[in-house]
Amino acid sequence: MAHILSPRRAALAQGDEGAGWLDRIDPRSRILGASLFAVAVVACSRLEVLGLAFACSLALLLAARLPIRPTLKRMAAMDGFILFMLVLLPFTVPGEAIVTLWGFTASWQGLARAVEIALTANAVVLALMVLVGTMEPVTLGHALHALKMPERLVHLLMFSIRYIGTLREEYLRLRVAMKIRGFRPRTNWHTYRSYGYLVGMMLVRAVERSERILGAMKCRGFSGRITMLHSFRLTRADLAFGAGLCGTLAVLLLLEFGPWP
Amino acid sequence: MALIALSDIHFAYPGADPILRGASLNLRAGERLSVTGPNGAGKSTLLKMIVGLLTPQAGRIEIFGQERRSEADFGPVRTRVGLVFQDADDQLFCPTVAEDIAFGPLNLGKTRDEALDIVDAVLARLQLSHLRDRITHHLSGGEKRLVTLATVLAMEPEILLLDEPTNALDTENWTRLVAIVNELPQAMLLVSHDPAFRQAVAPRSLHLTDGLLMPVPG
Repeated sequence: MAHILSPRRAALAQGDEGAGWLDRIDPRSRILGASLFAVAVVACSRLEVLGLAFACSLALLLAARLPIRPTLKRMAAMDGFILFMLVLLPFTVPGEAIVTLWGFTASWQGLARAVEIALTANAVVLALMVLVGTMEPVTLGHALHALKMPERLVHLLMFSIRYIGTLREEYLRLRVAMKIRGFRPRTNWHTYRSYGYLVGMMLVRAVERSERILGAMKCRGFSGRITMLHSFRLTRADLAFGAGLCGTLAVLLLLEFGPWP
Repeated sequence: MALIALSDIHFAYPGADPILRGASLNLRAGERLSVTGPNGAGKSTLLKMIVGLLTPQAGRIEIFGQERRSEADFGPVRTRVGLVFQDADDQLFCPTVAEDIAFGPLNLGKTRDEALDIVDAVLARLQLSHLRDRITHHLSGGEKRLVTLATVLAMEPEILLLDEPTNALDTENWTRLVAIVNELPQAMLLVSHDPAFRQAVAPRSLHLTDGLLMPVPG
């Protein structure tokens, strides 16, 4: 269960090597770029165009020199969520029959819809992982704040980033305490109950900690506002990135909505 | 005049036996006082009371010559009294060290640039400048402890309250902390189980037992 809270590889990039040129692009541009790309791709529905968009995302992945396997693994995790829908779509959309299974008919139109959704989702998620997923989480928070996202949400994100490691350590300490007294998870009530205690104890401790943190904040004159200090600067790398992105999006949208049949 | 004067403080946590039963304490300007006592005797409780995080059921709290009762009374106290918490993770909540240190000065109404100047000054004074842009939860235990002290010193408090500051410190950081603390001009109230640290920083002590504070001869 510890992997949920694991701090390892919170960001996909490994230090400063790897995504060299990507690091020079302002985090704000990367978030905006990924969002624009997502909006444009979602607006498209031609399979050729979506295929091209997915190819663009793959090219971005290669260009950023991210570790390919872990990145694709993460993408597959997202696919897991929509797999069920993708499998059911051909059977639920009426149209020309391909094959009939146990009395249910799959249609070409449904299959096309499924492919469309799969391509859209994967193109967007991949671009998001390359552009935004490679940021240090703290930087992401700062960039969202600089983009004028709601302050409360940004603070929520920042507190999560700050305390997820502390929570994990607490969890691991409790797990060790259980283990040295001979606890081994099995399929029985004792195991379920013990896990219940573990989760409950973590909740109690988290609440108590949050109270202590609030106390510490009050002691330093906290009155409801947290000011963020980080500042960002746009450079020529951002211009180049923006121009490249706009060009790509223009081509995609032109192909989608252009005058050809 | 006493900076802090607690008299006849009574306190019990909800549903528990009273832990303070008439404790009294005086801290004068420039004075350093340590409080000892068994676990759970109420030493941390006493510190929290001084900054108004807990309210006594009976007794009188006077800080900077004024009686303090309500949350509003304690607002100004908190900007002039610096409490260093027992667990550094409770105190360092901002993502980066610089932001955490700037948090207090910004709350005092300083501008961003002034706050950043204070950050640099405090870090330089404690010789911690290399930690400025580090992410707080990646710091080691000793670094966290020194940074918590920096976050409190950035507000230039007149009184320092230290709650078990030597918890989980190695010898090197221990020595460093003693050197730093002994350089500070502030009046101090120290809660510590570490006799060597008490001896080095605040030899005069009070013993908290059975809810009463008694002077320790010596």
